[in-house]
Amino acid sequence: MSLWGAPLWELAAAAMVAVGALFCLVAAIGVLRFGDVFMRMHATTKAGTLGAGLVMGALALASEDAGSAAKAGGAVIFLLLTAPVAAHMIARAAYRSGARLSPRTWIDERSDADDD
Amino acid sequence: MTLLPLAAELASWTLLASAFLAAIRLVIGPGVADRAVALDLLAVLVVAYAGLRALATGIDAYLDVATVLALTGFLGTLAFARFIVRRTPTRLDRAARKEGP
Repeated sequence: MSLWGAPLWELAAAAMVAVGALFCLVAAIGVLRFGDVFMRMHATTKAGTLGAGLVMGALALASEDAGSAAKAGGAVIFLLLTAPVAAHMIARAAYRSGARLSPRTWIDERSDADDD
Repeated sequence: MTLLPLAAELASWTLLASAFLAAIRLVIGPGVADRAVALDLLAVLVVAYAGLRALATGIDAYLDVATVLALTGFLGTLAFARFIVRRTPTRLDRAARKEGP
């Protein structure tokens, strides 16, 4: 099955690569533009992981043997498992070391926590 | 140029622009946590770039590069978080300092 002379899997892989790179760009713009460390972490953790995951998914789709497809899938699963843990650790460390919230943030549910 | 290498080429330039933006945040800070977040994003970008190289060249070893970089990026971020926590005095430390030895 093909479309415009290219097989369908190649079209899908190319689209995933392009969208993944765009998500990486969105993550970088968010890291540069957002107001405090927690918002920046939200950008890099979600958009960055999605972008890299889409690129590796395209690789799994386009690879010829099952071994490299499994390797790419394993990398995606590893990214999905570690990104929340890393973001949680950094956010906790930043909050405890007194990182300032953006002045536009008006909910701080940890402000009266006394466990640190 | 066929479709997939063309997409990989365009995506490489996009990732280069993203890495440039993340490097700006890495330089201007303003805190250690901001720099750790920027480094984390840079590691994820390099993982994506290694995937693109594997896609464009067909060399399988880039996949191992991507996996190992994801691992080291995660461990580096964890180390940064531990470092930020350990150099910040906790409430118990402050209370102990107020009471005196």
